[in-house]
Amino acid sequence: MKIVVIDYGIGNVKSIINSFEKQNIKAILSRDKQVILEADGLILPGVGAFSHGMNNLNKYGLVPIIKEYVKTEKPLLGICLGMQMLFERSEEFLNTEGIGLIKGSVIKLPIESSNKIKLPHISWNEIIPKKILWSNTILDDIKVNSNMYFVHTFVGNPENDKDILSITKYHGVEFCSSIKKNNIYGCQFHPEKSAETGLYIISNFIKICRKIN
Amino acid sequence: MNKIRIIARLDIKNDYVIKGIHLEGLRKVGNPNEMAIRYYNQGVDEIIFMDAVAAYYDRNSLSEIIEMTCKDVFVPITVGGGIRKIEDIQTALNAGADKTAINTAAVRNPNFIKEASEIFGSQCIVASIDAKKIANNKWEVYVDNGREPTGKDVLEWAKEVESLGAGEIMITSIDKEGTKRGYDLELNKLISELVSIPIISSGGAGSKEHISDVIKNTNIDAVSIASVFHYNIETVDSLKEYLINEKKIQIRL
Repeated sequence: MKIVVIDYGIGNVKSIINSFEKQNIKAILSRDKQVILEADGLILPGVGAFSHGMNNLNKYGLVPIIKEYVKTEKPLLGICLGMQMLFERSEEFLNTEGIGLIKGSVIKLPIESSNKIKLPHISWNEIIPKKILWSNTILDDIKVNSNMYFVHTFVGNPENDKDILSITKYHGVEFCSSIKKNNIYGCQFHPEKSAETGLYIISNFIKICRKIN
Repeated sequence: MNKIRIIARLDIKNDYVIKGIHLEGLRKVGNPNEMAIRYYNQGVDEIIFMDAVAAYYDRNSLSEIIEMTCKDVFVPITVGGGIRKIEDIQTALNAGADKTAINTAAVRNPNFIKEASEIFGSQCIVASIDAKKIANNKWEVYVDNGREPTGKDVLEWAKEVESLGAGEIMITSIDKEGTKRGYDLELNKLISELVSIPIISSGGAGSKEHISDVIKNTNIDAVSIASVFHYNIETVDSLKEYLINEKKIQIRL
């Protein structure tokens, strides 16, 4: 089992690697084309600004490599900014083109920032199913309304409801908290920072990688 | 709806968790890795590690502790104390931290917050403010672990760090810190209504009632707890059960 975490100089990847190591799976940090294409499972991590993330992916020529990897139908998991970059574009600061694997755009959480409602959304919050059943996905056996750790201001907004694996509500505003399209997964929350439930999601991802390979 | 985060704060000196009163008179209370893992297993939402002596030795020596803790602890980790250069933040993140708490360096050079949040993202930058009451509804910013007055007004400084790009503010009441007499409610109320980024309250919790009081009476987003956990006044689970069942506060169980 070879898990590769894409190395493009963004975000805290240590915890992601540790979350795999906790389950006795070694995850390799790499931006090498061959290493990425040979992976059994690929992780696109990331925190921070969309344009900054895309600039770095482009700087290392990673976008076509990720697209080539996805064609093999092996599992990919984008986390936080890594999920957002799977979309076609972002409206953060200026319009920036994304990787374009999921139809839709990344928008600011549609909340007026005020004293009562704070942004960024930094909190544990509940995930709820939408269209897709969770069995045989990364959320297999996860209880509805499980708490996951979120830290973000922007959200991916899929054009097709059928790509939405879970939704979450922040002060009544519903947003897409995870996606699934074939073997492309993304979660806005951080499984590697969401305690035992998060680790369970990582182990589900490992199971999916095992099935494919 | 927003779930209040229960954060364990570990102040560290020479590889030991220590606890003092008003940030002074420090005494050892345990091993940082063991305590972090214990609180994680009890269901803590986050952990903050503060290097208690970094501010006057010009260094932050927590990397090894963070690195070890992150192998077993899968909740967000903040590192503070002696963070004064961009490289210090990078070192903390490389060790496995998610956020850094910046205090003295930000007061000396406010642009540091701006620069850091542009490089690492706001979510990574917690502005840590140590506040000492000087008059009715007036607090002064202190630095160097609560030793040096700065002449800055706490509420004005809170607005400034928000506009500079800080993602959160951790407000520590020096007057209440370590006293186990409860949080400074006025301070927490004013600051949490003034800014629109999340506020972490720190300093003064001595009982579950104190924690409930600051959550119920102010608009804060997280509580940082040391003595209550370190001295086994409550475990994380017993505190959470009390807040959820008896006080009907939204918290992750």
